[in-house]
Amino acid sequence: MSSKGLDLTIAIGGAAGQGIATPGNILARILVRRGLHLYAYNAYQSIIRGGHILLMIRTRDQEVHSHGDKVDVLLCLNQDTMDRHLGFLLPGARVIYDADKVTPGEAPEGVVLCPMPIAELAGDSKNKLIQNTIALGVMISLLGVDFSVLDDALTQLFKRKGAAVVDENVSMARAGFDHAEANFDHVATPLPDGGKPLAVWTGNQALAMGGAAAGVKFYAAYPMSPSTGVLHWMAQNARSAGILVRQVEDEIGVANMVIGAAHTGVRAMCATSGGGFALMTEAIGAASMMEIPVVYINVMRAGPSTGVPTKTEQGDLWQALGASQGDFERFIVAPKDSLDAFHTMADLFNYTDRAQCPGILISDLLISEGTYSVDPDAIEMHPKIDRGALVTDPSPNGNYLRYALTDSGISPRVTPGYEGFVHTVATDEHDEDGVLISDEYTHPHKRRRMVEKRARKFKTVAADVPAPVLEGPAGAEITMVGCGSTYGVIREAIERLADQGVVVNHLPITWLVPFHADEVSKILTAANKVLIVENNFSGQFARYLRSETGFSAAGHIRKYDGEPFMPHHVVDGVLDLVKGDSEIYVPYQEMIV
Amino acid sequence: MTTVLERDGLLGAELDRTPEAAKDYKGKVAPDWCPGCGDFGVLNALQRALFELGRQPHEVLMVSGIGCSSNLPGYINAYGMHTLHGRSLPVATGAKMANHELTVIATGGDGDGYGIGGNHLAHIARRNVDLTYLVMNNQIYGLTTGQISPTSRLDMKTKSTPFGNLELPINPITSTIMNGASYVARGYSADVKHLTQLIKGGIEHEGFSLIDVFSPCVTFNHDNDFAFFKPRVKKLEDAGHDPTDWKAACEKAMEWGDTIWTGLFHKTDRPSIDSLEPVLEGPPLARRPLGLSDEQAKGILSKMM
Ligand SMILES: Cc1ncc(C[n+]2csc(CCOP(=O)(O)OP(=O)(O)O)c2C)c(N)n1
Ligand code: SF4
Ligand SMILES: [Mg+2]
Repeated sequence: MSSKGLDLTIAIGGAAGQGIATPGNILARILVRRGLHLYAYNAYQSIIRGGHILLMIRTRDQEVHSHGDKVDVLLCLNQDTMDRHLGFLLPGARVIYDADKVTPGEAPEGVVLCPMPIAELAGDSKNKLIQNTIALGVMISLLGVDFSVLDDALTQLFKRKGAAVVDENVSMARAGFDHAEANFDHVATPLPDGGKPLAVWTGNQALAMGGAAAGVKFYAAYPMSPSTGVLHWMAQNARSAGILVRQVEDEIGVANMVIGAAHTGVRAMCATSGGGFALMTEAIGAASMMEIPVVYINVMRAGPSTGVPTKTEQGDLWQALGASQGDFERFIVAPKDSLDAFHTMADLFNYTDRAQCPGILISDLLISEGTYSVDPDAIEMHPKIDRGALVTDPSPNGNYLRYALTDSGISPRVTPGYEGFVHTVATDEHDEDGVLISDEYTHPHKRRRMVEKRARKFKTVAADVPAPVLEGPAGAEITMVGCGSTYGVIREAIERLADQGVVVNHLPITWLVPFHADEVSKILTAANKVLIVENNFSGQFARYLRSETGFSAAGHIRKYDGEPFMPHHVVDGVLDLVKGDSEIYVPYQEMIV
Repeated sequence: MTTVLERDGLLGAELDRTPEAAKDYKGKVAPDWCPGCGDFGVLNALQRALFELGRQPHEVLMVSGIGCSSNLPGYINAYGMHTLHGRSLPVATGAKMANHELTVIATGGDGDGYGIGGNHLAHIARRNVDLTYLVMNNQIYGLTTGQISPTSRLDMKTKSTPFGNLELPINPITSTIMNGASYVARGYSADVKHLTQLIKGGIEHEGFSLIDVFSPCVTFNHDNDFAFFKPRVKKLEDAGHDPTDWKAACEKAMEWGDTIWTGLFHKTDRPSIDSLEPVLEGPPLARRPLGLSDEQAKGILSKMM
């Protein structure tokens, strides 16, 4: 394996309400403070109490591109977690559990059981969540980390609750730590230290911050998993960042409210998931018709209808493509991870401002609810802002035409409030001056020139959107194509395959509209064997690729069970498909979460 | 520059100069409403109200939905947004929040505002956004050539109810009062003077104001035409109604017989959401520089460490 050095996954499993988030956050903070990278995937269910949650935190001394293939340290907060995941563990893995309440069952060979005598260690503590703190002590010992690190983290976390709470938590963690030091061996590679400290964020926070950095001043939303994290960040930071945030009665209201705001000249955005996005589509067409730039984010969950609210999928591509009746101008982009999502926001705002049309960003639960480490210096908080033909200091010079016919198709845009520029924008087809040509004055020539004007301006700006670039060795045996969030897992699978002597390169797609059909065709027709990896049943991206280029891939790796790909799923798919017996490989999801 | 309208000989008034009379608020094109349509009176009253308040055309943003009545922004000399069917209120809310210096007026029909857009009306009322909403209530769907609307009377025969309407009409006055609106009035398009006063009151009121206007559709509603309203409409102002008494307002609004009340039903003073939002202190959002200051950026990043 090329992944030398540290590659360790800690999983914490239990029921909703058992307080998994707190130890997860403490561990994440400890890791990034040592300069270690991480990606955390939280498999959960739409329930506030009960069910099963498994938080997987994978850490490495290099960038982490997926939640990986294995669990090295499993903390079982209940019997259910033990029953579900013990069999998945590999030799050397540790299982931590409350010896009084959880029985391990048949452990695979080489798996090390680390029972905690919770009742004995907890003494007379009445704190129901104390087993989590004791377990953290055990975990820190197993990872070969000094207790003072955990002591600091707990003190920081609980200091607002007073000295008594701090003391209880630190002493319980200490008890767990001491117990582990006396009874269990450390993991093979203890956690290194001394790297440049990193920050942590979720993909949703990255999207929200990306919007704020791009100059968003208006954010509206109706809560819907897995997009709600964007609303929460915006609401929390509204006042300090000068952003007006509103929770609105429904997504129809949201989608139209951002249009009203954007029309006055602010940058405005909103986020939702597929069901809410469906309600937004009429407004998206309206923004396109009125030539108002707004950004709409769809964070995909699995399935049509209410679907699987807490699971991931890349199933809304055609919904985004068809997010209005008629021919309508809009950008569509699917970023590949959190940092890309952050930077894409500014790019998307610049393109939509320049082309005066809506932009759609499709993310998914994997990116949006995933927790990533990130180098704070890599986050450009002051991105380039290009507002295109927005006239901010207009001087009246006669008759202003909001939709003036120009060679580029782009008409100078003056917002309401300026003297001498009074005009009406309309969702009905209209002429250069905004006057309707839809009812009384329909005119085929006028209609045609306005359709062509809008198409022209889009083409003008779209020409500046960068084409996808082939990553990896030219002339590889296999070329893998993915779009959006599969980027990381494909990249990692390619590393694994290289270790096995299979040479694979990668064409990651982020911009879907405009789609660089010529560039993509050229790369793919020159490739030896093309495999498409996507997180849906019907091959939505493959179909889109075919519709834009006429190119059909030789094989497909698809997953649509709600859980994201693990690297070995992709590796196994490639090894299976190269045999040429089948065209589609659907990996088996081993972990039941 | 010659506009397309000039080229095609369609242009009406010269636009966007300081108005010297109400007629200077006339828009680019003449209304294409049927002769005698109630909406003419509403447009007329609105133009007078703006003139009397001294609002300049460029300070006003008209936002409408879709319907005969929603064509109004095209007929008035002011900034306009002719949005989707039922969506004038959220668009107007967004515009007002992003540029709170604008005088924002939403207009539309009963189908637009009480039917397809009904959910927005309930929420803008409790939200108390500082804008004025004029509903041209003709108790019918005009633009789609005469089907029942949410305010059509029981038993009414229309193209979509050839055997009579089985559904009760909603009462926009009582329902909007109950939803917390701070200014609720009803006008009659044949009484332009009275309507002008109600519109002026709405524009000057801080917070959300609904002005429901009987604006007969002379083409498709032969039940509730001018002849129906003329003998029945009475003014609350003449009856000594106290607009702060919401219970009395609701009682008056429920009357639908020989007397049908118009005027200011309800008015209460409570801060608009625009004034409660600390983010809106200072110049409009739309006129602020984009992007984050160094200090804001540092604050955000430090929370992630
Ligand atoms: C989403 C949507 N549904 C239906 C229509 C068709 N439509 C246009 S106007 C209208 C009703 C208009 O009635 P009202 O709002 O009362 O306005 P009026 O014409 O009576 O002034 C309808 C149903 C539409 N434009 N959009
Ligand atoms: S159809 Fe009715 S509402 Fe529409 S313009 Fe004619 S009279 Fe007015
Ligand atoms: Mg109507």
